[in-house]
Amino acid sequence: MKLRYCLSGHPTLPCNVLKFKSTTIMLDCGLDMTSTLNFLPMPLSVPSWAELKECSGHVFVDSVPEFCLPETELLDLSTVDVILISNYHCMMALPYITEYTGFTGTVYATEPTVQIGRLLMEELVNSIERVPKAQSASMWKNKEVQRLLPAPLKDAVEVSMWRKCYTMPEVNAALSKIQLVGYSQKIELFGAVQVTPLSSGYALGSSNWIIQSHYEKVSYVSGSSLLTTHPQPMDQASLKNSDVLILTGLTQIPTANPDGMVGEFCSNLAMTVRNGGNVLVPCYPSGVIYDLLECLYQYIDSAGLSNVPFYFISPVANSSLEFSQIFAEWLCHNKQTKVYLPEPPFPHAELIQTNKLKHYPSIHGDFSNDFKQPCVVFTGHPSLRFGDVVHFMELWGKSSLNTVIFTEPDFSYLDALAPYQPLAMKCVYCPIDTRLNFIQVSKLLKEVQPLHVVCPEQYTQPPPTQSHRTDLMIDCQPPPMSYRRAEVLTLPYKRRYEKIEIMPELADSLVPLEIKPGISLATVSAVLHTKDNKHVLQLPPKPPQPPASKKRKRVSDDVPECKPLKPLLSGSIPVDQFVQTLEKHGFSDVKVEDTAKGHIVLLQEAETLIQIEEDSTHIICDNDEPLRVKLRDLVLKFLQKF
Amino acid sequence: MSDPGPALSAQKSWFIARARHRFAMTRECALLLPRVCAALADPRQPGSDDTCLEKLLDWFRTLTEFDPAVKLVQDNPCLTEFITSVLALPEPSPSILSFTLRLAGILAASESRFQHLQQEKLLVRLFGGDGPLSSAVWEDASVRSGWVEGVHSMMHHQPALHFLCNGGGIDVIFALQGDPSLFVASAASRLLVHMLILSVETETTKPLSAKDCDWPACAQMIIKRVEDSLQSSSASHVEQSLKLLTSLFGSCRSTWTEVLWLGIAKQIESFLTEKTVQVQHMLANLLLSMAWSPVFCDSEGSFWALVTSALEHLTPVQAGPLAVGILRLYKCPQDVRIQALTVLLQPMDCILRAASQPLEYAGLLDESVSDPATVEGLLSSKSSCAGLLCQTLAHLEELLSLIHLPVDLPYASLLRSLMTILQFCNGFLSPASPLGSTISRILINCFRVQRSALDVLAALSERKGCDTLIGSLFDVLLAYLESPNTSPTVLKKTFQATSKWLVRLHELSCSNSQWQQTEKILEDVFLVLQKRLCSPCWEVRDSSLEFLTVLIKSLRDQDEFRQSLLSSEVPRLTENLLEDPESYVRASAVTAVGHLAFITYFAPESPVIGNQYDKENTVAKLQEILSTDPEGFPRRAVITIFTKWLRQGCTGQLEDTEQFVSRVIQTVEHDLDWEVRLGGLELVEVFCSQTICQLGPPKCSYAPVSSAVTSSIHQNKSLQVFCRAKLFSFLFRSLCDCDKPVGQRACDILLALRGSFYPISTLKDSQETGDSPAGSGIAWLQRTLRQGSLAQNFPTDGGNGVDFEDPESMMLALGTIDLEELHDELNKCSDHVEKSPQSLLQDILATVGTIEENEADCY
Repeated sequence: MKLRYCLSGHPTLPCNVLKFKSTTIMLDCGLDMTSTLNFLPMPLSVPSWAELKECSGHVFVDSVPEFCLPETELLDLSTVDVILISNYHCMMALPYITEYTGFTGTVYATEPTVQIGRLLMEELVNSIERVPKAQSASMWKNKEVQRLLPAPLKDAVEVSMWRKCYTMPEVNAALSKIQLVGYSQKIELFGAVQVTPLSSGYALGSSNWIIQSHYEKVSYVSGSSLLTTHPQPMDQASLKNSDVLILTGLTQIPTANPDGMVGEFCSNLAMTVRNGGNVLVPCYPSGVIYDLLECLYQYIDSAGLSNVPFYFISPVANSSLEFSQIFAEWLCHNKQTKVYLPEPPFPHAELIQTNKLKHYPSIHGDFSNDFKQPCVVFTGHPSLRFGDVVHFMELWGKSSLNTVIFTEPDFSYLDALAPYQPLAMKCVYCPIDTRLNFIQVSKLLKEVQPLHVVCPEQYTQPPPTQSHRTDLMIDCQPPPMSYRRAEVLTLPYKRRYEKIEIMPELADSLVPLEIKPGISLATVSAVLHTKDNKHVLQLPPKPPQPPASKKRKRVSDDVPECKPLKPLLSGSIPVDQFVQTLEKHGFSDVKVEDTAKGHIVLLQEAETLIQIEEDSTHIICDNDEPLRVKLRDLVLKFLQKF
Repeated sequence: MSDPGPALSAQKSWFIARARHRFAMTRECALLLPRVCAALADPRQPGSDDTCLEKLLDWFRTLTEFDPAVKLVQDNPCLTEFITSVLALPEPSPSILSFTLRLAGILAASESRFQHLQQEKLLVRLFGGDGPLSSAVWEDASVRSGWVEGVHSMMHHQPALHFLCNGGGIDVIFALQGDPSLFVASAASRLLVHMLILSVETETTKPLSAKDCDWPACAQMIIKRVEDSLQSSSASHVEQSLKLLTSLFGSCRSTWTEVLWLGIAKQIESFLTEKTVQVQHMLANLLLSMAWSPVFCDSEGSFWALVTSALEHLTPVQAGPLAVGILRLYKCPQDVRIQALTVLLQPMDCILRAASQPLEYAGLLDESVSDPATVEGLLSSKSSCAGLLCQTLAHLEELLSLIHLPVDLPYASLLRSLMTILQFCNGFLSPASPLGSTISRILINCFRVQRSALDVLAALSERKGCDTLIGSLFDVLLAYLESPNTSPTVLKKTFQATSKWLVRLHELSCSNSQWQQTEKILEDVFLVLQKRLCSPCWEVRDSSLEFLTVLIKSLRDQDEFRQSLLSSEVPRLTENLLEDPESYVRASAVTAVGHLAFITYFAPESPVIGNQYDKENTVAKLQEILSTDPEGFPRRAVITIFTKWLRQGCTGQLEDTEQFVSRVIQTVEHDLDWEVRLGGLELVEVFCSQTICQLGPPKCSYAPVSSAVTSSIHQNKSLQVFCRAKLFSFLFRSLCDCDKPVGQRACDILLALRGSFYPISTLKDSQETGDSPAGSGIAWLQRTLRQGSLAQNFPTDGGNGVDFEDPESMMLALGTIDLEELHDELNKCSDHVEKSPQSLLQDILATVGTIEENEADCY
């Protein structure tokens, strides 16, 4: 029996728990940050006593932004044995789980995932801690109060679960519980289950996971991409023959083709800069930004933008750009070969060398001296609620020459912009999401052919804003099983077999007997020894010696007592031949009757009855033991013994 | 009215005489032929060059075409000997055997030669049942093909017809209709048609009618076979007969074809209703070839009823070509026409109905010819939907391209349906019916359908009646232009459709004065164009520039257009693209900037004056491209634009123009790309004709003597202008250009100049100028020009005694050099080396010769 607990309602930031063969495995640990959109951008707030502020018709909470955590009430998270992380975006809730729930297990992730995940967490903590807020609002969370608030605050769910950001020590503690793994590495969990990460093609070090026992295989596909971008391509072949395929992390913008969006991004960027405006790109410090920089590297000369400075501002900008260059073995083939030339795999090294791309930890310090306009700025956070992006929104928002280009698909750009209204600057929405779209999913499923597909309920119906797009949902046979936040799902697969090892000595003692061509049988008498979820058949202990003295008798060593075994019989009795044999042996008045299950042979003289059925034979005679034994031996002649 | 008869026959006889002369069997040929024949029949020879054999057959075909006499074979016994010796070979090579069959057929085309060959028993041995037909070499398709062609060639007279029919040849030909080689199969089918026509038209004694059809024996055999195979249960047999009938009705318009038809009409009709044999797809072609024949299309009879029935019973995919073919006919009953249109429009109607609420739109059609469920079924299947739509759209485009359409299409509904398809394809439409959502699901991102629909949309812009929808149409087009998901090829088509509809929009706003709508649309178009000009995909930048050029070409006189364009960022972005890294884009940018100039600095009432559009700067930039761009396309574009400017009189006063032209040709004359040099000559040509027009023809041109010529030179301002502009050195150098079109063009221009400067009467005299001071230089020039493109160098600095800037010398050069001869020389085809029959025979012998030499070596 396998159970899945869904702890997150966000299909691209999943957090699920799988109970499988006595192990409890948490799959990903995503943090839903869309809750921050209900808060006022951090540097914008002025100290006041009011918890709520109105801004261009929207009401925002004036407080340190809070995040919506995965469900913690559905099951005792201290019982989770391991956490498998599929990519750096899906581990942002890790400190909340490992540091607050009594979790004592291990976390598995690839090295780039951990390193870049650390950068993302560091940037998050840094951006929030940099602007200390005196107050933390909690009054509005009171159900009675919340009910009276305008939308979207009124409709915000699980507000009591929202938590402030973790701290750096918590991040470090959480990351210290991670064990690094490589693609295709097999990790045994308590001997019961084997887990293996596979390349998923979405980001540096991103993985899908295979969780399998000897007879069952569950694939967990989260955040995969079939496009040729910087990471190693997706390993599809290893997903074949799955009993269950859990499918999460598909593209959030299924209608936007990433290539078209990159084109759109470049065109709008060039148009703005040529008109003397500045471009602001709110983004994460890792991921799509590498591809964007690569596109720009090819594009800026042709578009006559060679003299326009590109700034990348993040507390972790430097590490992000450098890390990307050292994870060669996690990159796509093209980039790997560059390393042997030797050349840096990403061309942003050259942009930095030629001073076209400059990076700074923050807008303070060196940046303010170097800053020239018009320019292009990449900075976080894409929610526009904290980080240096807030300063640039304030600085450039009033001029229609400037443009803000949203490339991260995680936040609704209209909601992100709401507190900045009215805004003169142009806004362009070019979400670049390289994760699988529905056409690719349908090809993948055809290729991999899992017995069952399990996915978030969002994927089983068209997007709410485009209800006519029936092409934007998973279409497979049998239909996928769907789940939603705080739901427990029983996976549609029953375990039927278990692997057992036979010790060599025991195996030696077996004498298989061919009962049908190609099928041999042997009886086994052994002791089943189970330890660490491994089952071994051992030689039975020798029959216990008769105790020397009754005193020394004790219930010894858990060894069960062995009775001598009766041989097993197999085969069928051909009635005609049996009757002939009986006649040969002097039974003259043999009569045969057919019954529903077999035959009854009547020996009228002896008043004896032999009932022959498919799986049993009975000899019924009246207290004539010698006759019974004689008849038994005749019956046994027709059967095989082993 | 005069009788053209004698004139025509005179012309014909002259033609025959010329052909006879050109291809005659000369004594030399007659001497060579026996050796050639012997060589060809020699099995030790390697397979002869097929081209030579084909040429040899061509020669015999022309030889025999105008000369039916038996003399040819009598005088050249080597021909029959050749056939005999090939027949005697135990294992003739397939190519030689095929050649022999075809040669024999050609020779036997005339009755007398046929008899001659018959006497020798050659034809029977070649084409009879015991010939190649029954040998192993028949397996080779070239032998079968040679057999069919040979028979076809001889099939011009009754003896041949009887020879074949009586010898069982008909069976062979019918069998060959199903030959695995498509060439053989179709040749066999053509042969049967030819024989049938020959038999009926030469052997019929009295006119045939349905009641009394006494077919000649041979025709009877063929017709019987056709009738039998039509009743066969084998689809391939039925197909062969339908093919034969299609080609018969397509090539023969005699009334007896109707008699034949009446005998089989019932059977053919049954193919439509009883679908036991799957041959429906062949019927459309058959009916169309009949519809073009006056025998059937004029008849009151059942033919049109059959067409109607076909339109009803064939599947939409099969009926499409029939419908569109019928709509192209002028002679056709109106009700059939309407029915054909209905069939064609049915998928479009289905789309419209699927997309809208019931009763919201009436749909396209009042009623349908066949069951609408069939079309719905095809459209809701993933495998057939795009195919059916693309076929329908291609047919519609074909129809719309006809200037005179015999029927009126419901343009507005058609447009609405097209818009629906386009919206299905980009997922912008939420369909109201289940069928609609199935279709939309299939069509989303289907580029093939998008491209076809946009083609029809563009073609529809020229038809009236869609004006009320123009606003929503532009919504659709702009959505395509704006969407990042639009593929570059679809975008290009969208641009093409948009430009056509913008012209239509303008015409419309002129008539109803709805300028606001036009302005808004133009503004939106330029906004999206701005973005597309900055695209990282070069194909997109390129088609954006082409779109801009097309718009300027067709709308440059419109104030609203000019204002919208000039107040956008488009002109500046376009100029930026002159430095694009992609050469195609630079070329398109040059063309676009060149056209933009017409509405910026060349416009008399230029709406924007100031530094923003700096004329000098642009001209300098284009000139820089012309002299330094490493790729040919941008340089070609520049020279084309310069010529266009000159044509439109945009290059200023004569003096400015002279300097401009001079500068350009000095840049161009050393260009490595011949098209650029040719473009330079075109510029020179325009300049010359404009200058001569402007300054008037040279005075005293009637002066008869050379002294008068000299004196007139000083008054000849045009000549002086041309000399100053260094035109002549360019023109004379071009005569020696290694690329022929350049030389031809230069020669044409020089001839035209001479025509302007010398009246014809003075020409003869003026050519005798050997003792003039410039004479020796001209002599050098003449020598050099004779070398043509082999002339190694062509100094134009006067080092050879020719001063190309001296009007007197140039006048002399024009008069002295035999430009006509040069012209002829340049216009000879590159393969003008001898191609007489004699040289062909020699060629064949030459290859044989090598063998003989080798043999000699062996001994």
